[in-house]
Amino acid sequence: MVIDKIFFTIITPIFAFAVGLSFMMIKLKVSARIERRYGPPIIQPIYNILKLLLKEENISHGVIFSLGPVIALAGSILTVLFIPYAGIKLFTGSGDLIALMYIMVIGSLGMALGAGESANPNASIGISRALTLMLGYDLPFVIIIISVVLYYHTTNLADIVAAQAHGHWTLWSLPLSAIVGFVVAYGALGEHPFDIITAPHEVATGPMVEYGGKHLGFLVINHAFHIYIEIALFVDLFLGGATNVLWFYVKMFAVFFIMMLFDEVYPRFKIDDAVRFFWKWPTIVALISLIIVLVK
Amino acid sequence: MDRLTEEQAKTIANMLRKRSLWMIHYCTGCGAIELPPTMTSRYDMSRFGLAPFVTPRQSDILLVTGYVNIKTLRRIITVYEQMLDPKYVIGFGSCPINGGVYWDSYSVIKRLDRYIPVDLYIAGCMPRPEAVITAFRTLMDMIDQGKADGYKRYKRNLAYYKENQRKVLG
Repeated sequence: MVIDKIFFTIITPIFAFAVGLSFMMIKLKVSARIERRYGPPIIQPIYNILKLLLKEENISHGVIFSLGPVIALAGSILTVLFIPYAGIKLFTGSGDLIALMYIMVIGSLGMALGAGESANPNASIGISRALTLMLGYDLPFVIIIISVVLYYHTTNLADIVAAQAHGHWTLWSLPLSAIVGFVVAYGALGEHPFDIITAPHEVATGPMVEYGGKHLGFLVINHAFHIYIEIALFVDLFLGGATNVLWFYVKMFAVFFIMMLFDEVYPRFKIDDAVRFFWKWPTIVALISLIIVLVK
Repeated sequence: MDRLTEEQAKTIANMLRKRSLWMIHYCTGCGAIELPPTMTSRYDMSRFGLAPFVTPRQSDILLVTGYVNIKTLRRIITVYEQMLDPKYVIGFGSCPINGGVYWDSYSVIKRLDRYIPVDLYIAGCMPRPEAVITAFRTLMDMIDQGKADGYKRYKRNLAYYKENQRKVLG
């Protein structure tokens, strides 16, 4: 039993990284085809990460600056271990959904800590945008989590997945919550129109502006984990998880493919417009969904 | 399994580096206008793993696109020194080679190579996107063979470059 736990604790982050990386690869090709380009080779993200890790010189602005990407990556790996996938549940216990909501923030906070030390104005603006955007999408996110928890009478993510077995997905029983969950996951992923944080034309990749070399390599790896976390959580909460790895991957890919298409057509919000959007429509719809759950 | 020798490790590193070159999108002079077609759908330089980036810390290639003012030179040197090793410089168009049409101007430097080490020049006024992509391919071959060592030259001859920079910048 203990051996099993240790084995899956090692294998789960590797699986999550592989899934996130494969999505990054596919996204490059799909966006290229939509823009009528040939696009980079499919394993370009691997080249990028290895090149960044092989840089001969690394500049640090202080201890926390170097620790920032490590904290972000550690937070992401911890979050990954809390998410059950394909029948494998590692750290699940009662109340793990609430714990997950707190742990998910560590990644962003680690990056904010590190980027803050670089004292670059672009980085400061990027951090303030990241935390403001988080304030925006966390409100509807918490409301839909409450409605899902009330619907299933449990805060255990593995129990929620088990309750959705045989096609009784939350997507069918709580469709409004599922729509809001999709928008929230999409906003947390930081794709267009919510790529305010890293907007290259405005704040020069925001928090990452002073990062280069190995630090940036860690942040790119962290991004792969980030993609996995947001989509795996959506699949677990609303699409009923999965019984095997392949089916889980197919469900995640379906969600990510729709997100890719949204990413290609939208321009960028301003930060106040983004927060206004999140606090208006997704919040209203989430509240309606919560009332439906309470009345039922 | 034998341990990798230093030479083999270097070969592998160069192989990976040439496949992922990030270019800082910092433009001086008129050459900048040739870069958007090179980046976008028509010529699509991302086929070769090249991508435009916005900060010096993340970038590998510095393209000096066109004539360099004395004022601009100060910024170019700052950007170049902020980039992380290994880094490469491409002189774009005839102006960084010999001053081009600004050969007798009082405020334009004539040879970029005297101030920062240039790995590769693209001749022409203006070089078309095809020429730009050929230059990138040549740079990739140079990296593969270990010939693109401008950043090492800069460290080795720092006194020479600093002396030349001081003469024009004061």
